[in-house]
Order: sequence, then structure tokens, then C-alpha cells
Amino acid sequence: MSAVETSVKDVASAASRLRRTAWYRQPRFTRLWAMVALGVLLALVTGEQGNTRDIFFSLEGSLTGPNLWVCLALTVGVWALREFASTPIKGAVDQAKAAVGRPGGALRDRLQGDQRLRWGLIGLALVLALVVPSMLSRTWQTVLVDQIAIFALLAIGLNVVIGWAGLLDLGFFAFFAVGAYSTAFWTGRLPVEPPMVLNPFWVIPIAVVTCLVTGLLLGAPTLRLRGDYLAIVTLGFHEIIYLVAKNADGVTGGPQGARLIPDFSFDFAGIEYTWSIKPLPYWYLLVFFIVLVIVLFSRLEHSRVGRAWTAIREDEIAAAANGVDTVRFKLMAFAIGASTSGVAGVIFTSKYGYINPEVFPLLQSILILAYVIFGGMGSIPGVLMGAAALVWLPEALKDYVDASDRYMYLGALLVIMMIYRPQGIWPSRRRQRELKMAEEGLGDADAMSEPAGGKA
Amino acid sequence: MSLQEFWDYLVLGVMLGSLYAVIAIGYTLVYGVLQLINFAHSEVFMLGAYGSLIVLQLLDPGDNPSALASIGFVALAMAGSALFGGVTAYGLEKVAYRPLRRRGAPRLIFLITAIGASFFLYNLAGKLFGRDPMTLPEMYDNHDVFSVFGAGVNITQVLQFLTAVVMMVGLDLLVNRTKLGKGIRAVAQDAEVASLMGVDIDRVISRTFVIGGVLGGVAGFLFANLNQVSYTMGFIPGITAFAAAVVGGIGNIRGAMAGGVLIGVVETMTVPLLGDEWRSVSAMVVLILVLMFRPMGILGKQVGRAA
Repeated sequence: MSAVETSVKDVASAASRLRRTAWYRQPRFTRLWAMVALGVLLALVTGEQGNTRDIFFSLEGSLTGPNLWVCLALTVGVWALREFASTPIKGAVDQAKAAVGRPGGALRDRLQGDQRLRWGLIGLALVLALVVPSMLSRTWQTVLVDQIAIFALLAIGLNVVIGWAGLLDLGFFAFFAVGAYSTAFWTGRLPVEPPMVLNPFWVIPIAVVTCLVTGLLLGAPTLRLRGDYLAIVTLGFHEIIYLVAKNADGVTGGPQGARLIPDFSFDFAGIEYTWSIKPLPYWYLLVFFIVLVIVLFSRLEHSRVGRAWTAIREDEIAAAANGVDTVRFKLMAFAIGASTSGVAGVIFTSKYGYINPEVFPLLQSILILAYVIFGGMGSIPGVLMGAAALVWLPEALKDYVDASDRYMYLGALLVIMMIYRPQGIWPSRRRQRELKMAEEGLGDADAMSEPAGGKA
Repeated sequence: MSLQEFWDYLVLGVMLGSLYAVIAIGYTLVYGVLQLINFAHSEVFMLGAYGSLIVLQLLDPGDNPSALASIGFVALAMAGSALFGGVTAYGLEKVAYRPLRRRGAPRLIFLITAIGASFFLYNLAGKLFGRDPMTLPEMYDNHDVFSVFGAGVNITQVLQFLTAVVMMVGLDLLVNRTKLGKGIRAVAQDAEVASLMGVDIDRVISRTFVIGGVLGGVAGFLFANLNQVSYTMGFIPGITAFAAAVVGGIGNIRGAMAGGVLIGVVETMTVPLLGDEWRSVSAMVVLILVLMFRPMGILGKQVGRAA
């Protein structure tokens, strides 16, 4: 510590002695009050379900019962540990971090350096993905297909938008709905007649194009402006899609939606096959699509386009000055994400067989966001794991946690992750470094700054 | 649509618009000082409505309260909503946004936090207060008091409009005439320079949230008085009011007021023209059109320079 710093510190401490602060306003005690407030909040969060007949029921229950004392003890305990035992704890944490970090880092370096090992692991994961599901029970197979696989596909798509291009898309699931209604339309299950009835396989390219065009139409006016407008416009777009699906009876079938949507099937060179109600065949189909999308996108990540995204994220103005057409590349990411969502919509619809507007509530968009954030935006293994873990967890905890509280915990998870670990549990290295540098004032980590021309 | 209908809907639209204006101010204030779309503002609004419901359930107005008692109930319910709104906004800033601001986190991180907080708060409200919609107890005998161009105006609407106007005028004075207002404008213009000039940024931002929260909370009460209270009630008015803030020029307080009234009228006019189910679509369509043709909004300037 230099002499200047020391003297500054001396002056500061002398000044703080001169200033009279009430004891309860000392930082240590303001932190205590904060922890007490947190404890009360925790008691409310973990308390009983309320009901509308007596709106005080839940408040009373959680603020008078033993639950409150447990929560308070917990948070005040954390406070006490942090205030009075911070040095030994910090030492222990640092040691643990070093102990885990060194072999972890070494493994990571091996993975980066050793191509064979990396391919071996990817191959192993693929083999496991193909073999393990056939050993699971039917219930878990259904969860695997209807939720984990579909959401993994969606998460990979959203990862392009949020992880690579650094844009926030809150209407991601709306494109899923577009894909789903395209399927219903092209298989002739909507009140409006399609020009010809197609097999769901042929709907996939059509849905990709439809979602691309919708994404372009929505993104073009918005992305010329500040990046954060996209968040609210997509939120509104989701609501519009939902209301159109619900209200335009003559086109979308209204609240009843569409039924009897056919399964995938092919009849090629004498081989006939129809995917049926069984989950496993759909699992293999989905694994095929997920692998396909991963291969395509990771090629994209390291291409010119991917580098343009990185450049825009890290410093939009510098990127523009170097000739990157920022609006075009942002729009591209948004549209690519949208079409992935559309593909997932087609597969889901065909598997499920019926759709109605209630399949596409806004919270689904937020769910996918949570999966991507939790896993680690920008990292494909991260988002796959995030989706798998967060779909699996509520299913596994079904008997312990009230199902209607799920979304509350997910919201809290988003906030906590953003405060303590914005890079996710399996971060992309580059993204982690960007976030860290942006916090130190070097460059940026999203595509939300003012556009280079200062249009808005 | 007959002429009479036109006036009826215009009056309704202006009334509704005054509410949107009050909510929009909350968005615009926070955007001014933090450059953040505070998605959780719609939950501040919702919890404000629950604040008034709790006060009224505790007081229990009963049947036919006297005129004086009615005024008392309205005032207390309003105070309850302001308290809930203010406390929620304060806590939100303290818990969710301040750690990020200290760290200088990128804007994407702020936005994700905002949406997460919104998600958390409304599901928490659903859990605490039950998930069915409720109505506020009757505080007064609602009847028409006068008419504008033949369109009847009842007590609820007068209350709503007057409160909104009083709050907006008060806020305008606060921002333009007081020291805190000067601080808010300074932080909106340039937070770093403001701090060099001796403005306590943390305090200004915290108070800005509280002001926005109080306005949002009272708006929640007025809205609940008109419709119902439910844990999902915040979403649509919230997104509509945000559209209003953008239409008026985000960061511009008077713009938010103008935008609110405009969106309110457009939305209400949609009802006789296209049908009730399309009303919330119209606000989003207006938002997208404004972004396409006049992205800076109608009055488009920042808090610091305009108000």
C-alpha cells in the first residue's frame, strides 16, 4: 500500500469518527436489517399457499409460525458468519476454489488442446443420449421428449440471440407458436384451407422461412434503435400472437385450437415409417435435429458471422467503424433464433397432435430464458445442461415443492444468477471474460448500446 | 360509430389514458436515471392494488358509508397502495439493481434481472393472496355526477382523473422546482458528472424508484377500483404504459403523460371499431409504428433537458 493510499485511509477514518452515526446506521447493522428483511421475505416465499377467501391467511401463517424463526435464524446466521468469521471462511473458500479450480482448469485446457479427447467425450455423450433413454420408465421418457428435448432445442436457438448476439428476446416462444400454427395449417387442420396438404417433414422448411420472415419484419424496425427496445417489443409480440391465436376464430380455430395433427411419417424408396405416440422414436428424431442444429450453429459461431457477433457484443461502435453492418448481423441472429424456435414448434405440434392458445403463454418465453441463463449464455453445453437440469429439477421435486410455486423460484433464480454468477454454471470462456471486462469498464458484453450512428 | 358513442369512448379513453400516464411516468423516471426498462414496474403497480385491498379489508367499509367516511376510505386505500408501491420499488432497487450498478454490469444483465424480479414478484403475490381475481370493497355509492358532451362521468372516473392529474402536476413541480428534482435531472443527464458536483447518486436513484413506485402503486389502486385485483393484473397495463412512455419519448416526463393519454384513447377507440378482445393489441401496434416512424417519440427528449 502506498503512502498516499494510507494517508487517504487515515483521513477517511478520522472523518468517519468525526461524523456521528447512530449505531443502527452503521454499515454492519444496516446489513443486519437487510438480512432480517431477507429472512421475512424468505418466510413469505416458503410459507403456505394463500387463498382469495382470506387474503391474510398466508401472511398470518408465514409471519407467526415457526417458519419465520427458522428463516430469520438462517439469514441472521449468515450475517453473523460474514461479519465475525469472514477471514477464516474466505480462506477456506479460496482454498476449496483453488483445489477444485486447478484440476478443473487443467481438464479444461486438455479439452481445448486435445482434439481426440474432445471428440471422444462428444461421442460418448451422443452414445449415452441414444442408449440411456431406452432404459428409463415411460414417464421419464415422456418428460425427456416433451420437455427436455424440445426445450434443449429452444435453448440452443435462444442462445444464438442472447448468448452470441447479446440481444434480449422475450417473445422467443411466440415463434414456437408460429411454427405450431404453420404445422396445423399445412396439414389442413385449421379452418382455412391450405393450397395443399403436406407431411410435417415438409412443414419444417416452410416454418423456418415463415419464422425468418416474421423475425425480420419484427426486428427490422426495432433493431435499428436501441437494443433494449427489442425486449419489450418481443414481449408485446408474444402477447399479440397469443391474442390472435385466441381471438381470430376463423383463422386459428380460436380457443379450441387445432386437433388431430398428423405425426411425422415418411414413405421413401419403399421404406415406410410413421412416428406414433411412443416417445422413443421422437427422441431419436429430436436428437437428430438437436445435433444438426448444434453442428450448424457451432460452424456459424466460428465463421465470419460469429466473429461479427462477437465484435458487436464487445464494442458495437468499433465493430461498425470496421465495416460490420451491425443491424444486419443483429437481425440475422434474431431471425436464426426465431426459425429454430419455429422448428421446435413443428416437432412439438406433430408429436402432441393438438394445440390451442393456452399452450403458448408468455411464461414459456421466460422459462427458456431462465434455462439459457442458468446454463451459461453463449455456451452450447451450458444451455443444454441448463435446460436439462431445470426441466428435470421440478419434476424430481414434484412431491416436495408446490407446482404453482415453481415460477416464483425460477424468477428468484434469474435474479440471483444475475447478481452472483451472470455467466452461468457452465460458462463460455469468452462470454465470462467479456462480462468481467465490461464490469471493469472495458468494452461491452451485449448489443444494447446506442447504435453507432446515434439514431435514437 | 355514432357521434354520441365517439364522445363516450373519448371520455373513457382520456380517463384510462390518465392512468397509463401515471404508470408511464414510473418507467420514464427510472429510464431517465438508469437507462433501464424496469419490467418489474408492472408488479409495483399490481402490489399497489393489493395494498389498497388489504387496507380496505382491514377497515371493512360495510354498506353505505357516509360521505365523510367514503373520503376517508378512499384516502386510506390510496395511502396503502402508495406505501406498498413505494416499498416494493425501494426494495427492488436495493436488492436487485444496486448490486449490479455497483459492479457496472452490462445492460443485458439489468434487463434479465428486471424480468426475473417481475416474474418472482407476481408469482409471490399469487401465492400470498390467492390466484383468483378479487374486487375492492365498495367505498362509496358510484353514480354519474356530470356529463361531457352527453357522455356521463361517474365518481370513480372523477376520482381517477383528478388523482392522476394531481399526481402529475405534483411530480412536474417536484422534478422542476425541488432540490431532489434537480438531482434527478442531473443524474439523468450525466450521472458521473452529477456525482462530481456533489449529488449523492445512490440516494437520488433510490428516491426516484420510490417516487415511481408511489405513482405506480396509486395507479394500481385506481385501476383496481375500475376493474379487479389479481396477481396477473400488472402485465397488460404495464406493457401498455411502457408503450406510452416510448410513444411520448422515453425519459421525458411530459412526454409520458401525453403518450399515456394518446394510448388510452387509441386503445378505447379500438373497442367499438374492432371489438374488446383487440384492445391490448392496438397499444403494441402503435408502439411498433412509432418505433418505425418516429423512434424518439412525440416529444422525444431526455428527462434532464425537457422537463
